[in-house]
Amino acid sequence: MRVGIPKETLQGERRVAVTPDTVRKLRDLGFTVAIETGAGQGAACTDEAYQAAGAEIVPDAAAVLGGCEIVLKVRPPSDTEIEGLREGTTLISFVHKLQDPARLDRLNARRVTVLAMEAVPRISRAQKMDALSSQANLVGYRAVIEAAHNFGSFFTQQITAAGKIPQAKVLVIGAGVAGLAALGAAKGLGAAIRAFDTRASVKEQIQSMGGEFLEVQYTEDGDGGGGYAKEMSPAFIEAEMALFAQQAAEVDIVITTALIPNKPAPKLWLEAHVKLMKPGSVVVDLAAENGGNCECTVKDEIVVRHGVTIIGLTDHASRVATTASQLYSMNMVHFLTDLGGAAKWNVNLDDEIIRGACLAHDGAILAPPPPSQPSPGAVKAAPAAAPIVSPPPAARKAKRHGGHKTLTETKTEARKSYVYESIGLLLIALWIYLKLSVTGTVSTHTTEFLQHLTVFILACFVGWQVVWNVTAALHTPLMSVTNAISGIILIGGMMHAHGDAMGPAALLGTLAILLATINAAGGFLVTHRMLKMFRK
Amino acid sequence: MEKALLSVAYIASSILFIMSLRGLSSQETARQGNLYGVTGMVVAIIATTLSSSVTAYGALVGALLGGTVVGGFLASRVAMTAMPELVAMLHSFVGAAAVLVGFASYLGDDGHEGSRTILLIEIFLDIFIGALTFTGSVIAFFKLRGTLSGKPTLLPGRHLLNLSICAATLVLVILFVQAPGTTGLTPLLIMTALSCALGVHLVVAIGGADMPVVVSMLNSYSGWTASAAGFMLGNDLLIVTGALVGSSGAILSYIMCRAMNRSIWNVIFGGFGADPPKGSTKAAPVTPEGEIKETSLDDCADSLLAAREVIFVPGYGMAVARAQHAVQQITDTLRQRGITVRFAIHPVAGRLPGHMNVLLAEASVPYDIVLEMDEINDEFPRTDVVLVIGANDIVNPGAQTDVSSPIYGMPVLEVWKSRKVVVLKRSRGAGYAGVDNPLFYHENASMLLGDARTTMESLLGKLKAA
Repeated sequence: MRVGIPKETLQGERRVAVTPDTVRKLRDLGFTVAIETGAGQGAACTDEAYQAAGAEIVPDAAAVLGGCEIVLKVRPPSDTEIEGLREGTTLISFVHKLQDPARLDRLNARRVTVLAMEAVPRISRAQKMDALSSQANLVGYRAVIEAAHNFGSFFTQQITAAGKIPQAKVLVIGAGVAGLAALGAAKGLGAAIRAFDTRASVKEQIQSMGGEFLEVQYTEDGDGGGGYAKEMSPAFIEAEMALFAQQAAEVDIVITTALIPNKPAPKLWLEAHVKLMKPGSVVVDLAAENGGNCECTVKDEIVVRHGVTIIGLTDHASRVATTASQLYSMNMVHFLTDLGGAAKWNVNLDDEIIRGACLAHDGAILAPPPPSQPSPGAVKAAPAAAPIVSPPPAARKAKRHGGHKTLTETKTEARKSYVYESIGLLLIALWIYLKLSVTGTVSTHTTEFLQHLTVFILACFVGWQVVWNVTAALHTPLMSVTNAISGIILIGGMMHAHGDAMGPAALLGTLAILLATINAAGGFLVTHRMLKMFRK
Repeated sequence: MEKALLSVAYIASSILFIMSLRGLSSQETARQGNLYGVTGMVVAIIATTLSSSVTAYGALVGALLGGTVVGGFLASRVAMTAMPELVAMLHSFVGAAAVLVGFASYLGDDGHEGSRTILLIEIFLDIFIGALTFTGSVIAFFKLRGTLSGKPTLLPGRHLLNLSICAATLVLVILFVQAPGTTGLTPLLIMTALSCALGVHLVVAIGGADMPVVVSMLNSYSGWTASAAGFMLGNDLLIVTGALVGSSGAILSYIMCRAMNRSIWNVIFGGFGADPPKGSTKAAPVTPEGEIKETSLDDCADSLLAAREVIFVPGYGMAVARAQHAVQQITDTLRQRGITVRFAIHPVAGRLPGHMNVLLAEASVPYDIVLEMDEINDEFPRTDVVLVIGANDIVNPGAQTDVSSPIYGMPVLEVWKSRKVVVLKRSRGAGYAGVDNPLFYHENASMLLGDARTTMESLLGKLKAA
């Protein structure tokens, strides 16, 4: 199969979907690669390098778009590019459906199979093809570089013979991948870093980067699933604004990254905040493409308002084109591997990742799949944070949580099939039992037995559900506490503690109480001792 | 106490038990969970004491007090390394209590309304599971203590033996149900003896390395026993609580089995850890190439100090030698020097599920640097030094490569992928599974022979001096 890479046509876009290194990887997967001449220029990839890697250099875009089964791009295709695609082509690229819904219709009209990189589900398995994260990481870094470029001072504190230069204070709003990367880069330059996020879960990640987590005096968790935040209540926003006003007077650099899926970016840094800032301060608005977090942002421009430089650029990733292309092209390779490579090429819509990314296939526009549950923002943060500084312990911990999730996923699957099967079997057994035993009138003892059985089965079910959540580290305490609880059998002994205290039943009962109490008391105490030792 | 109030108390107690298990799901809430359990138990006892079925208060209070004192004494004196034994012993008490309650129900008139046949079957079942739990736990206790050998004792035709005991039990239940009055005592006693024998037989057939599964299986049995007693006495609290414990034990066993890549049925019917047949091992003997290298304390200390990332892999050897405190101090020393130290815990390391976590917690190792196998297995290639402390089978590369190995297919910690592995071991002998470990012959692996505690303490001395 032939994979084609056209030169990006958007003004100023310097990235390229495939680098010479990945050309080799694609060839290993069995693809032949055709690339438009000059496609890699902006990312410092020469035609010669591509050629050396085994790619065919094609003189114009038309030959690439019309002559390949698969087309790889970075930016959404323009109308001319869509016209040039031949029917049945597979396009892998950012598509940004919401920015221009008609684009997808036009692609679909040409029966193009559209795999959108921004729609790749944010689950652990898909991390290696998550281009949003790989690019956001660079965007965060670049935001700091832009800020530093426009900021008239050092980031680090310096005490020199000529006087003392204070440390710059950087505030990041929205600690997603880009936000964390920005924190890391700013820290690396020596600034004091702090961050705000509505999701309480990212607190640990911020602290792991050495940043201070700012909190408002109002409790509401803003986790909207999929690693995104949700829209907050008015009361929360009010508290948030007050916090920002206080911060505005203190900080030198503000980097905003707040996005809410399918909505214009929330206005968080108001003109009033800008006015409060010291002259010479810098605001970098990474949400400029979606309307901006700052009221004074002008998209694609650097403006000065009230003495504050406001950077509304949207091409940060393109400004680090070499690495951005390298990371993006690795995302491509992983995605193509997942699609089966050339030999086993299959747009398998049963695969969660491919289904999620696929917007159109075989002339039909696919509805978005139901959201996948276990996709915490925590998972995404780890890979972004890693390259900036040497992996901090808590970022690793975040990754650990990611691993956990996958484990839970598999557990859930295994559990499901087991539960369904056993429920089915139980019901069948019950039915047979009733069929055989209940002839004529239902006797009282059968009813009583059935009541007990109902209770029993429900209790098994509850136990089953509850225990799956126990972490492995607590298995021993769990066992010893359940062991103590099974001392409940002493109730059985107690039910015989009546009448003649010397009768055989009462004697046996008393002995049973004694044994069971040893178990219960011993079990609880030993559990307590064990648990006392667990400390963070 | 009137019946309605009693029911309410029982429901409250059941809810407390469920919340207790729920609380155990994380370290933060675990202690609270234990308290819920205690409260649930106290509520149940008080409610039952006040109910109409209890009149013999003297004996009751005596038994409760006596039991609390003995239990409290045992639990406060036990060393954390002896925890597995204690848990096994406590299981046996539940089993014995269930047997006693069963006999008491048969001999005494407990005013249980309902069909005699169903009642008798329930009594029979209760005693059967109870006796099985009792002897099984006693054997497990002795095996864990080391009084009995950890090697599986395999009788010829053991499956046939188990089957015939089960068949005999079926015959006995029919005889028992048909016997009028209390004349059914004879078949009942015979069955009890048979069940005791079955319990012994099932557990002696299991190898010491697989003890975690057995202990949690017995835990599950003790729950089912309580449940059966609940059916027998028409007591919903017993049914609910028993079912909670039973299913939790079953899940734990299942998790353990999956961690070792074993079938759960093998554990239930005993004799696992012995398959696959020894013949196949002999037929394709593994002769690891190379030779075992020994290293010295000084070398080991130097490489630890030169490392940036260190992972400790503790095993049963650490527990036996009680080396956890020395390990903790080494951890502290290394961390003070800015070296990242983490612990990799295999799901079946030790003799109880989570055994290593408890020991490390006892020694005050922070739990956020103690990681599970799934969390840390990918990290080994980036690790400079791995220190294996008294573990063997759980770090055996043969489990991934050697089809003839008895532990083939068991997930293991991939320590050999790190830059350097130092194995602390008492001798050059094989692990519990009796398999040679190719890790020891690995080019980047070396051995530090000696008792884990002595070695770790001397190592600590060297590190501090450095």
